[in-house]
Amino acid sequence: MINLALKDVVKRFGSIEVINGVNLEINKGEFVVFVGPSGCGKSTLLRMIAGLEPISGGELIIDDAVMNNVPPSERGIAMVFQSYALYPHMSVYKNMAFGLETAGLPRKDIKVRVQKAADILQISHLLDRKPKALSGGQRQRVAIGRAIVREPSIFLFDEPLSNLDAELRVQTRVEIAKLHKEIGATMIYVTHDQVEAMTLADRIVVLRSGIIEQCGRPLDLYNKPANRFIAGFIGSPKMNFLDIEFAERRVQGTVFKLAAEEIVVKTSEDMGAGTKAVLGVRPEHITTGKTAEVKLGTLTVSHVEQLGGQTLAYGRLEDGQSLTIVLEGQRAIATNDTLNVGIAHEHCHLFGQDGNRLND
Amino acid sequence: MRARGPAGAGFRRQVANYSFLIPWLIGFFALTVGPIATSIYLSFTDYGLMSPPQWIGMENYVRIASDDPRFWTAMNVTFTFVLLSVPLKLAFALAVAVALNKGLRGLAVFRAIFYLPSLLGGTVAIAFMWRQIFSRDGLLNRGLEYLFGYDGPGWVSSPSTALYTLVLLAIWQFGSSMIIFLAGLRQIPQDMYEAASIDGAGRARQFFKITLPLLTPVIFFNAVIQTIDAFKAFTSAFVISGGDGGPIDSTLFYTLYLFQEAFVNLHIGYASALAWVLVVIIAFFTALSFLSARYWVHYDD
Repeated sequence: MINLALKDVVKRFGSIEVINGVNLEINKGEFVVFVGPSGCGKSTLLRMIAGLEPISGGELIIDDAVMNNVPPSERGIAMVFQSYALYPHMSVYKNMAFGLETAGLPRKDIKVRVQKAADILQISHLLDRKPKALSGGQRQRVAIGRAIVREPSIFLFDEPLSNLDAELRVQTRVEIAKLHKEIGATMIYVTHDQVEAMTLADRIVVLRSGIIEQCGRPLDLYNKPANRFIAGFIGSPKMNFLDIEFAERRVQGTVFKLAAEEIVVKTSEDMGAGTKAVLGVRPEHITTGKTAEVKLGTLTVSHVEQLGGQTLAYGRLEDGQSLTIVLEGQRAIATNDTLNVGIAHEHCHLFGQDGNRLND
Repeated sequence: MRARGPAGAGFRRQVANYSFLIPWLIGFFALTVGPIATSIYLSFTDYGLMSPPQWIGMENYVRIASDDPRFWTAMNVTFTFVLLSVPLKLAFALAVAVALNKGLRGLAVFRAIFYLPSLLGGTVAIAFMWRQIFSRDGLLNRGLEYLFGYDGPGWVSSPSTALYTLVLLAIWQFGSSMIIFLAGLRQIPQDMYEAASIDGAGRARQFFKITLPLLTPVIFFNAVIQTIDAFKAFTSAFVISGGDGGPIDSTLFYTLYLFQEAFVNLHIGYASALAWVLVVIIAFFTALSFLSARYWVHYDD
């Protein structure tokens, strides 16, 4: 069941178009993450859904009703701000109750709702405090609590974890995921952090320059990025991109030249000899040794990082193209070592010169 | 004798430093500390400029408290003025600041225009102009007659209205409070209002529940400054009443009464005592403001 739909939604600031006709449907109970580099329009899109930013064109539909000109409080949404935006002069209880008091709910009902939300978030003992007496993580919870008490059909999160330290960020991320399971409401979450996107989302929407680049389940984006931008954006460390040249078609697939190696990629694409393309290989999929399906050549290591669980090696192939590899466990690799590197067929991503994916 | 002791060098540097302060120090001691100390002494004396001061102990203060009807008139006029002009001026300043804060085009121009009266307000010339506007055949009455055919009274010459023209003049000088309010309004983060609008709060509720509470430190500051200023108001009453606090003492500000005692009646000793009573009154109200502040002023940190 569709909870929210965007139809050709456009946002203009003066003559500059920052959202260029976005179409998207979000189902009830879905956790959708808008992700993209800064300036891609993800926050603007969220604010348009919230009603904080007027919509210049197209339609915003929530539960079958056009919401373009409906005030924020009547859209059935609640929002958690990056800055939390807690009212500094009100206690935690008052912060959470403010919206309900505005709506004119009876005091008894307000108390029940606030208490319930406080229990879910384990902040009952903080209700009498002012925001300034809370830690960053506690403020975050209050901000979420303020959203919960509204019992919205859609939760909007605008980079809610970016003001927290690394440890708390991971912890809160897990809690938000649990909260979603518990409440079951639709959640739209904006972040520039692809790890947050991968871990939280049922569906990721990748935006760039006001356009949806790809929209799909996290693993689909990881396994089959639609273009070079997505491929580089999803995954950490970043995917390696190697310049290759078309050689010929054979029965097993298409043959490309990469430095001294001939590599065979399973694709039906036919191009003229010498046509340039890009091979994308994720650092974690690269293997060492001579048995790989696709041989990438010899890597001369220039720098090694030992993470304990993994070993990262940075280096260059024979023709000077740089390559990063991630190997499981602790490997005895040193600078200036040479490694034979390769990859399985299924892990090859082939992109044309326009950046779009060529193999399936 | 090339090497000097470090103490000697340090002393010489100190002398150099302090010598730069001398113009200020002379002013501070000759024009501030000296007169203050002298006025304390004089307030315990009978001194009329013609003969040397005579020590009379608390007599001046006793007379102020028990035997001076004009003192109570002056208190009455002054308190009426303070209680009317300060809240009205602040409310007006805040209203204009809120209007200007809406992102009006040409904000800088309006800000300058509204601030102008504050720059001019304290001057004798403006007070003269005010007297002309509110006199029997002044601008206001001409306007009233032209528009409504109403023949207005002499606003400044009638005891029942004279003080209110002074209150009006004080309100007209709302500019400096407004500038401070405007700066305070700008400090309130926009996302407070966004959160409030998602919470369904309309303009009025946002103003009373978000803007006003978050502005209380600025309101407090303005209130204290304006209250002290209002207690000290002098020029406007002096000019408009022609220096005697008339008609029938209706504009007899405390400072005006003090001035008359000192420089018209030449009761310098008694006037000094009056001055110290005013200091105590202002100190009392300022202290009261600060004590009350913890109950209504919200500080973020």
